[in-house]
Amino acid sequence: MMLRMVWQRMGIGLVTLWVVSVIVFVATSILPGDVAQIILGQAATPETLAAMRAELGLDQPGYIRYFSWLGNMMTGDLGTSKAGGATISSLIGGRIGNTMMMAGLVAIISIPISIALGLWAAMHPGTILDRIVTFGTLSLISVPEFFIATVAVLILAVHLHWLPSTAYMTGDETFGQLIKALAMPLITLVIVVSAQMIRMTRAGILNVMSSPYIEMAILKGVPRGRIILRHAFFNAIGPIINVIALNLAYLVSGVVIVETIFAYPGLAKLMIDGVQTRDLPLVQACAMIFCGTYVVLILIADVGSIVSNPRLRSPK
Amino acid sequence: MEKDKLFEVKDLRISAYNDEGEEIPIVKGVSFDIHKGEVVALIGESGSGKTTISLATLAYTKPGLHFTGGECQLFGKDVLSMPPLGQRDLRGGNVAYLAQSAAATFNPAITINEQVTEAAVLHGRLTQAEANKRAIELYHALELPDADRIGYRYPHQVSGGQLQRLMAAMALCSKPDLMVLDEPTTALDVTTQIEVLKAFKKVIREQNSAAIYVTHDLAVVAQVADHIVVLYSGEVMEQGSADQIINNPQHAYTKRLMAAARPKPTAGMGVQVGDEHHREADNMRVEDMTAGYGGIVDGEPVVPILRDINISVKNGHVVGVIGESGCGKSTLARVMAGMLPPARGDILLDDKKLKGSLLDRRLDELQKVQFVFQMADTALNPKQLIGNIIGRPLEFYHGLTGKEKHAKVSEILDMVELPPAFASRYPMELSGGQKQRVNLARSLAANPEVMLCDEVTSALDSIVGANVIKLLTGLRDKTGVSFVFISHDLSTVASFADEIVVLYAGRVVEQGPTDEVLEPPFHPYTRLLISSVPEMRIGWLEDTMQKREMAVGIARGVEITRQGCPFYNRCPLAIEGTCEVKIPAILELEKGHQISCHLSLEQLLETEAETQKILHGFEKVGDEDQFSTAH
Repeated sequence: MMLRMVWQRMGIGLVTLWVVSVIVFVATSILPGDVAQIILGQAATPETLAAMRAELGLDQPGYIRYFSWLGNMMTGDLGTSKAGGATISSLIGGRIGNTMMMAGLVAIISIPISIALGLWAAMHPGTILDRIVTFGTLSLISVPEFFIATVAVLILAVHLHWLPSTAYMTGDETFGQLIKALAMPLITLVIVVSAQMIRMTRAGILNVMSSPYIEMAILKGVPRGRIILRHAFFNAIGPIINVIALNLAYLVSGVVIVETIFAYPGLAKLMIDGVQTRDLPLVQACAMIFCGTYVVLILIADVGSIVSNPRLRSPK
Repeated sequence: MEKDKLFEVKDLRISAYNDEGEEIPIVKGVSFDIHKGEVVALIGESGSGKTTISLATLAYTKPGLHFTGGECQLFGKDVLSMPPLGQRDLRGGNVAYLAQSAAATFNPAITINEQVTEAAVLHGRLTQAEANKRAIELYHALELPDADRIGYRYPHQVSGGQLQRLMAAMALCSKPDLMVLDEPTTALDVTTQIEVLKAFKKVIREQNSAAIYVTHDLAVVAQVADHIVVLYSGEVMEQGSADQIINNPQHAYTKRLMAAARPKPTAGMGVQVGDEHHREADNMRVEDMTAGYGGIVDGEPVVPILRDINISVKNGHVVGVIGESGCGKSTLARVMAGMLPPARGDILLDDKKLKGSLLDRRLDELQKVQFVFQMADTALNPKQLIGNIIGRPLEFYHGLTGKEKHAKVSEILDMVELPPAFASRYPMELSGGQKQRVNLARSLAANPEVMLCDEVTSALDSIVGANVIKLLTGLRDKTGVSFVFISHDLSTVASFADEIVVLYAGRVVEQGPTDEVLEPPFHPYTRLLISSVPEMRIGWLEDTMQKREMAVGIARGVEITRQGCPFYNRCPLAIEGTCEVKIPAILELEKGHQISCHLSLEQLLETEAETQKILHGFEKVGDEDQFSTAH
């Protein structure tokens, strides 16, 4: 039963990816002007445009272009950027490592902190410290991330001179330099994603804490720490995994503001640049990568919730 | 007696505080003693404070309640004034708690064995290995199937009755001095209840532990208690030995409780219908209906529940549907209401075929068939005023608005014996019984011809439940509405229904007029059900366990089979080679009484006489002595 559900989820994930590919393709196709026009510019004559379109295969009907695009993408050929003519794979390749490194570092730091703080707040509900945590996280969620980033720059870079205000990397810095360069965006992102995860962990645990089986555990004389960690946590894990997955997906795709503020060469910034230069193949490729990340992470979260639920893991 | 006193509750007082900070006393100075090896029963209606008092023995109160006075002494030491660490050791160590719903009290994410042994290991009473060993011993003692390995399972993998017994194992594992059992059998079927009661009684005796047994069911109390404390509104009305309270109650309230206790379902209990409603015309009919879940493939449901059902509901009649859980009672009501379209067969209202699905039925057809849900708590929208809840069907079906609607709401509230002022209240402000009345009023507002009542009295305690039944009877006489009354409580059905349909594993095994079905009970399953209803008689449990029906039928659960008689594996009279392969034909008796059994009527009569003979001795004594002084 569990395997079947996992396969089902994977199937749904694939279908989602396919639907998104259609939407991405159609959306970028209905934008005014096509690649040929963008390459040749406003001054192009209709004849040269037609010749260019024939060369790029743009005179083909839409569905044929879609399938050749989809086919190329599945074989790893993401196409050629018209700005500069580099292959998109190489453009993305340079950035994806940066993005993954940032996302990975943020995850490694924020997940344990969030779960620990969330659990801790749930263990002491109503105390001053719990209120500080809930109020603090709520404030941080409400504040836009660029504000957090700006404040961080103001304090850590401008006033204290501890860290550089940009995360520019040359590629040959030492580990220490790397950490220093990454510190600002890292701190900002950890703050942004942790706030949500802390709140969700706390709320998930407290929700479970009102169940009859928790009262039973109290009546069995189980200490509160063990009640939370052993009795409540495993029942609250489903929603917690989902929030973690959503936040990780956000790290890969949604951090464009932070990347822009700190001039960090990540994938999201590449996509924005693509939009600005009307580099449609690049935009399409980035969109598919972001969507793929979401689908894969949500899939992992779903499977995680299934595996953590004994009712689904071991049926009757 | 003084020296083996185990636990003493002295002038216990517990209060709640409302939003204005006023103190509301819940328990008002209760005192009683518990001796070693003794079972003390706390009985009373909901709101009598019985659960609150029982939890006080664990030095625990539900959130919002506070101890305001008195002591609970274990071996002469007050547990209420213990430091938190001492109280933690007390809970699950010296005093163990068994809750009403094992399904809710077992943690779904942890294996049974870990939960059973947890307290004993945590309090240092046993090592994990010793605890595991003891748990398996207890599983055997509680007669759980697959006792050596059941601990490795998760709670959802065992049945409700088994879970209830596993909870007893959980309480007993640390060898507590006192067990607190809070309505441990109330949520169970009669047959499962017996099985669980039997197991509880056995281990309590073998372990020589003391227990507090909290319940509102006097018949159950009579089976297990040595000493009874009768509570009302947080005060002790009367206390004494089980013998004295049951056979010679002194206090008026105890007498009232006894009167509301469920009598043995027998013929002649039913209310006779007034002539004006005694029309023989069919109101609603179900013909050759088969239904189930998981979609329909080739005219067969993927998960079949009901099979070849034929029943008819006559104008102004009450049809009681009985059977254990899992027999398809609720599914039957859902099919009739159109919530679950049948795979085959027809549902007819006033001789006209109804569409299988609710969505395809016409407004007037919807209006004529109304459903009343079991849990008023969940069926009533907590954010809507009672007036709106009842007004909605008036508007939807009858187009009433403004003053007209308002007047009609008052009229309907009056019909369910609630004051008109209730229209401007929210469901939360009402008691359980009042909510159930509003739940009924909502269906009544549609002015239906047939009301489908799914276990509407099951969540209510006996006095409130009896009042709801009285109300339903009155409504039937006043409005001529027909009822399909689903209940696992035979006594209620017997007192209220004109016809009874006995469902087993999705088939009708017997149906007919109430008196014909109950006296004498022909079908072996009907007999099993009837003899499982506890009697308010000390020693009934032991006597009953000797019956053949019990010995064979009690331990097994309902299984839906595709061929043969589904009751085959629990039937003491099963004919091998016939019953498990052939679907029994229907024996037609007089007055529309039908029995689905391979045995002939003569054989059934004969075996019934035999059973009576075996039981004759105790039955006699029981009947005569029920209300006289103890022997």
